[in-house]
Amino acid sequence: MRFIPVSCDEQVEMLERVGVESVEELFDGIPEGARFARRLGIADGLTEIELSAHLESLAARNSHGGSVVSFLGAGIYDHYVPAIVDAVVSKPAFFTAYTPYQPEVSQGTLQAVYEYQSMICQLTGMEVSNASMYDGATAFAEAALMAARVTKRDRVVVSGAVHPEWREVLATYVESGTIDIVEVPVVAGVTDTAGVAGAMDSRTAALLVTSPTLYGTLEDLTALGAIAHDAGALFVVGTNPMLLGVMEPPASYGADIVVGEGQPFGNAVSFGGPGLGIFACHKAHIRQMPGRVAGRTTDVDGRPGFVLTFSTREQHIRRQRATSNICSNHALNALAAGVYLAAVGTEGLAGIGEACIAKAHYLEAALVGSGRFERAFDAPFASEFTLCFAGDVAVMQKRLLDRGFLAGLDLSRFGDTDAGRVLFAVTERHTREVLDSFIEEVSAL
Amino acid sequence: MSTAPGKTPVVSPVLAEPLTGTLIFERGAAESRCVEVPALDVPGVSLDEVLGGRARIAPPVLPHVTEVELARHYEHLASANFGLDTGFYPLGSCTMKYNPKIDEQTCRLPGFARIHPYQPEETVQGALELMWGLQESLAEIAGLPAVTLQPAAGAHGELTGLLTIRAYHTAQGDPRVRVLVPDSAHGTNPATVAMCGYEVVQVPSDDRGGVDLEALYGLLDTDVAALMLTNPNTLGLFDENILEITEAVHSVGALAYCDGANMNAIMGKSRPGDMGFDALHFNLHKTFATPHGGGGPGAGPVAVTAELGQYLPGPIVDRHDDGVFTLVTPGRSIGRVRSYVGNFGVLVRAYTYIRAVGGNGLKDASEQAVLSANYLKSLLEDVWPVAYDRACMHEFVMSGGALRKATGVRTLDVAKRLLDYGIHPPTVYFPLIVDEALMVEPTETESKGTLDRFASVLCRIAEEAHEDAGLLHGAPYDTPVRRLDEAAAVKGADVAWRPDGAEA
Repeated sequence: MRFIPVSCDEQVEMLERVGVESVEELFDGIPEGARFARRLGIADGLTEIELSAHLESLAARNSHGGSVVSFLGAGIYDHYVPAIVDAVVSKPAFFTAYTPYQPEVSQGTLQAVYEYQSMICQLTGMEVSNASMYDGATAFAEAALMAARVTKRDRVVVSGAVHPEWREVLATYVESGTIDIVEVPVVAGVTDTAGVAGAMDSRTAALLVTSPTLYGTLEDLTALGAIAHDAGALFVVGTNPMLLGVMEPPASYGADIVVGEGQPFGNAVSFGGPGLGIFACHKAHIRQMPGRVAGRTTDVDGRPGFVLTFSTREQHIRRQRATSNICSNHALNALAAGVYLAAVGTEGLAGIGEACIAKAHYLEAALVGSGRFERAFDAPFASEFTLCFAGDVAVMQKRLLDRGFLAGLDLSRFGDTDAGRVLFAVTERHTREVLDSFIEEVSAL
Repeated sequence: MSTAPGKTPVVSPVLAEPLTGTLIFERGAAESRCVEVPALDVPGVSLDEVLGGRARIAPPVLPHVTEVELARHYEHLASANFGLDTGFYPLGSCTMKYNPKIDEQTCRLPGFARIHPYQPEETVQGALELMWGLQESLAEIAGLPAVTLQPAAGAHGELTGLLTIRAYHTAQGDPRVRVLVPDSAHGTNPATVAMCGYEVVQVPSDDRGGVDLEALYGLLDTDVAALMLTNPNTLGLFDENILEITEAVHSVGALAYCDGANMNAIMGKSRPGDMGFDALHFNLHKTFATPHGGGGPGAGPVAVTAELGQYLPGPIVDRHDDGVFTLVTPGRSIGRVRSYVGNFGVLVRAYTYIRAVGGNGLKDASEQAVLSANYLKSLLEDVWPVAYDRACMHEFVMSGGALRKATGVRTLDVAKRLLDYGIHPPTVYFPLIVDEALMVEPTETESKGTLDRFASVLCRIAEEAHEDAGLLHGAPYDTPVRRLDEAAAVKGADVAWRPDGAEA
């Protein structure tokens, strides 16, 4: 395929105008030793027909949510995406636009971002949301950095029940030693409250937890928030935003920064990306927040309009004193999230949340009832839960995969030493019929 | 209400429906629904009971609309947006090239869009093969053998690259404290340096727009961890001394990092690895035609030397002799920079693009991008002085300083006036070292006619500035909204809608 509309004749005209004999001459400024003399070792281009067939053949080699029944989650969930979502994000005026630095011709993006921010504030109970981060993990890491700026402290306490990849990203982000991380152990599937109390000190900028945890369990956010605030630290809460239609918002437990993986809101599973990082905080901290934020204002004629605001925090203005180096965010994914939330509305989000929770509890009880699994923890859970399998998890999962089921996430993947723990995620897409057939297969193991 | 000169409103302004401004929250009615949830087919649960007292008390206020209202709302918003399919988008340093439609189709194939990152590797061999193919192509284009696809954006790639360099120095037992960044650099460069715990030291440019060699030599010592350099640089110039620069950097044990924002100029022509760079990030949303999405998502893969490869974040795709693909994490990895494997949906688009145009097509793209930029520069330079007058690469920077002195019209005014002509303005006020800068990057996907028209429009605007500066100060006139009050936005701090009566 070729996407160059300049014809050969026009190329000649252009070269003449520039005053060179050949295109090659334009590259004369590249010193001899830095020139690439051979052809790139990349195959010749394909026609669209060939290309489409090639990509389809690669895609066909993957099992997917439409070809197997999956109980995989841990941050990325195969929720139903309403048709309107893709219809909107497929509009070229949205997806081919650049960052809205020229607000007069970017009101579509800017208003959509403002609406997204408003919805995130409604869900989390916070006053301010930014326009999105890359993902939940980087939002989590940036929350720790922001807490250090706000409190002028240099140490954070992190729950060991947080998704290991989030903790790892946090560790990478503070690799340079600017912030010390103290990790608190997990007891009975939740953060060890006594351990947290012992770990907090006057250098601690933040306590970072998520609820649900990696294991699907729900934390005692009231107690954890109180411990954080008693130590003068910020309380950072990671959330599964899909549950916020039916679960108390993090703000009601005193969260100072709320983060989350926003993929469940209308974004494809897509091998884990791109989703979006949700990031919300208090208005008092807006100048320490990373990332872009849209604000409402008026134009010279008094018409309402939107702009990127509080930009003096950002790298293109503040350079090395910026609150973060983030530039590109996940605007299109935030647009999808906004369309999704508008499409399902208050009642739809509550209904989906309730369906996920009820179906998860139905499946959990049945799997435990099958005798093949045991409960790993007694703590309450919502749409995701951890069970212990008595035998070889890999063998069990292989057998069930042969029957068309991705039977949960083997937590030994994350070095979980209690062998046999498997994390199951349930969505509104799992019908009772599907759940029952899975239960039947498990019972037959 | 102002209107464009010579235009008469054809409908009553009172009855005209503005495209934007009415929020989705203000549409619909309490009973309106778009998506409804099926009746529960399992026994219901008491939420407060199963959640241990965590059930929501006051529900969030989300919109209540029907699908038709949603469809119209977002269509109106979209029509107030300027995208690549709308018109010319010569944003310097952003490579706003056409986004092929096939890319949008391939990334939505269920075999890509509905695969979970924790599926067993044997169930995602096609996805891993695609990622491996992309790694190989990027390594070839960069001239650097080890590639991670994990970073989510260019700035994220910078962070990855610099942390990789940091890990290298630490492993040598020689942690260093400073990173050199030219004064023409993108803001993300110094911001990244600071995030990595290094001190930023600015390197001045010389009078030909390159790195000032003498100044560089003066700044290099064994406390310098790296030089971060964009080449071609943000002035659109290939640094003629690049080999001397990277050699000097290496001579003090420092490493050379290339910001790959401008790779669209040199694919198949020159490779950062051959220039002496040790690490490079790509912007797939620039060079490889994946859409910018109104600000993202992008993807910022990083390519490094074999020696630095052991420090890259995982997972990286490895191909075994039997043709099986697996995900591996390098032995001395800095650790993950994000969750899962990366912005896979963006990677599918970039892979599709690379296979569409092929190796020669990439070279053709760079050649045409450079020719188009030089052609456009030749049409404009008599009226719009170019900051550094020599053959440019894929972009060039003009200065509106003289126009401002003569007429009082600023580059900002010129940018806003371009909107009235249906053209997206170039990047303005960057790089910082050029007075009243206009940074123009036409890309290879624009026709000669588009370039000719753009030049004519910019020359006409320069005339307008002399004839009637006030016209330009007031521009734009013909856009969905006109100039917005940014100071009021900060003062009002209205960053989220709230239901009536709710307190912020």
